[in-house]
Amino acid sequence: MEVVETCGPFGCNQTTSVNQEQTLVLREAEPLGRFVGFENYTNRGHLAFSEMGEAWRTSTGWGDWWSKVMNLPFYSAIVFTLTFTFIVTPLTIVLGFSIAIAVNSASRVLRGPLIFVSLLPFIITPLVGSLVLFWMVDARGVLGHAIQAIAGNPDLSVKASTPMMWIMLMVYGIWHAAPFAFVVFYAGLQSVSQDADEAAMIDGANRWQRVRYVTIPHIMPLVTFVALIQLMDNFRVFEPLISFSAEAHAQSLSTYIFSDLGGETRLLNSAATTSLLTVLCVGILLSPVLVRTWRDFKRA
Amino acid sequence: MSTANPRKQPTSLRIILTGFLVLWVIMAAFPFLWTLWGSFKVEGDFFSKANWIYALTGESTRIETGSSFTGDGYYGAWVTEEFGRAVMNTSIVCFCVVTISLTLSTLAGYALSRSTYNYAFWILIAALMFRAMPQITLVSGYLLPFYEWNLWGRLGTTIVVLVAINQPFSLWMMTSFFRNIPKDLDESAMVDGCNRFQAFRHVILPVMWPGVITTGLFSFLLAYNDFPVAAMLLDQENQTMIPKIASFLGTTQTKGNAMFAVAAVVSATAPLFVLILFFQRQIVSGLTAGAVKG
Repeated sequence: MEVVETCGPFGCNQTTSVNQEQTLVLREAEPLGRFVGFENYTNRGHLAFSEMGEAWRTSTGWGDWWSKVMNLPFYSAIVFTLTFTFIVTPLTIVLGFSIAIAVNSASRVLRGPLIFVSLLPFIITPLVGSLVLFWMVDARGVLGHAIQAIAGNPDLSVKASTPMMWIMLMVYGIWHAAPFAFVVFYAGLQSVSQDADEAAMIDGANRWQRVRYVTIPHIMPLVTFVALIQLMDNFRVFEPLISFSAEAHAQSLSTYIFSDLGGETRLLNSAATTSLLTVLCVGILLSPVLVRTWRDFKRA
Repeated sequence: MSTANPRKQPTSLRIILTGFLVLWVIMAAFPFLWTLWGSFKVEGDFFSKANWIYALTGESTRIETGSSFTGDGYYGAWVTEEFGRAVMNTSIVCFCVVTISLTLSTLAGYALSRSTYNYAFWILIAALMFRAMPQITLVSGYLLPFYEWNLWGRLGTTIVVLVAINQPFSLWMMTSFFRNIPKDLDESAMVDGCNRFQAFRHVILPVMWPGVITTGLFSFLLAYNDFPVAAMLLDQENQTMIPKIASFLGTTQTKGNAMFAVAAVVSATAPLFVLILFFQRQIVSGLTAGAVKG
């Protein structure tokens, strides 16, 4: 900045203006788009080493330390994403398996329509499906009214409470993914060997034992398959957080990148950093599978 | 000695299973029916502060419009907010994505399934890795070059990106599908004097349609359901349906706009209903295709 005096026919006045040449010199000494090494990774928005160290040193207890960690955007995003993944995946498998057993025991005429209805939550656009659910659990929607009546609290609102929001997001996750697990398990149930089932029956196995020792071992490879696909899909949970407008309560890695990319400032570097860290997480998550595939490949 | 057929379920189990099924059917279908019914009401009924039963009877709708049903939401979405243009854009995107990615993945899948080299395996593993990555991480890499080359905001760019994102999945599907077509078929054609391309053209092409249709369905679903890519890469003019619906949400404060979103949601869901109705068998076989193999 410099002060310039401009004199005209009506006297002189002083104006402050930006000295272009000086700025150019400054820019060259310290350019805006410069290589910063790993600073993007260690800053507050991502791995936040100094903040983590600070939190570790100054915390009075685990609770205090935890709340400090959850204030760091990257860590809170990863905590939500992992919680979501590891709660939704097993529950999806359990629900999908139950539906498959139930549909399998329904009469043949009903099965077609049952499969049609069951496919709906999975095929419908995730953003639309979660919106539909969100409108219903809205404080003014039908499920919202029901929840208020059950809790006996007319002011209860999913939008206002973090635990409720997390639960709803997971309920949506299960609702959305259960049909996929169902269809895979249902297909598997069609090929359960009738002979083995009959042999078990002759040996005196009751109904539950037959499910436990004949059906479930037959289904087991499918469980691995569904778990793998679900881990991948749940890890990138994105749309429900957008349509639940949950950013105040929950942030996943995907929405964190999305909010960096959108908005006025477009923090491309921050988004890129989070992206790479996310890809790293996916790699760690999938590494058991990759190792196994590699072993199979070596053996073959 | 009991003569009861052990295959027949006891009544108690029967009741539990039926009850569970009924519960699941309600869980799966009720939200959609509710929204469909509610889309013909005014906002005061769909989001009823006073009594949820108004959403069924349409109390405020009758007061405000004189009838229990109103098409205001649809009028607002389709006429005022020009939802039709978004539908048009979605159709273009879907058509191009399905055509391009089917062409590529059919040829690539055939090649990979007949290849005896190691790199075929590695290509498939790489595809699996890309399948696992959140789509938004890929978009964040594309954004800067698109700004610089002035490609941002166009439908063509989005189509290319969606094809790229879709490719790992359709590659896997087509490869596993072609592996199920016996090698003897094209080998015997080649013994009869066809070259590789003629064998593909005359022998494989006629029998590959079920796999192509299934893969096409899932490509279509990906393009149709996509939100992150279209939301990031398209400008206001070229918006597709799903980002358009999301943009209605930003303005829900204005009275009535919430109903635009509801009507738009119902409009966007209808084609998918029809799709499941006609292609249920292919969708089921597509979902299980990967599982049956490994």
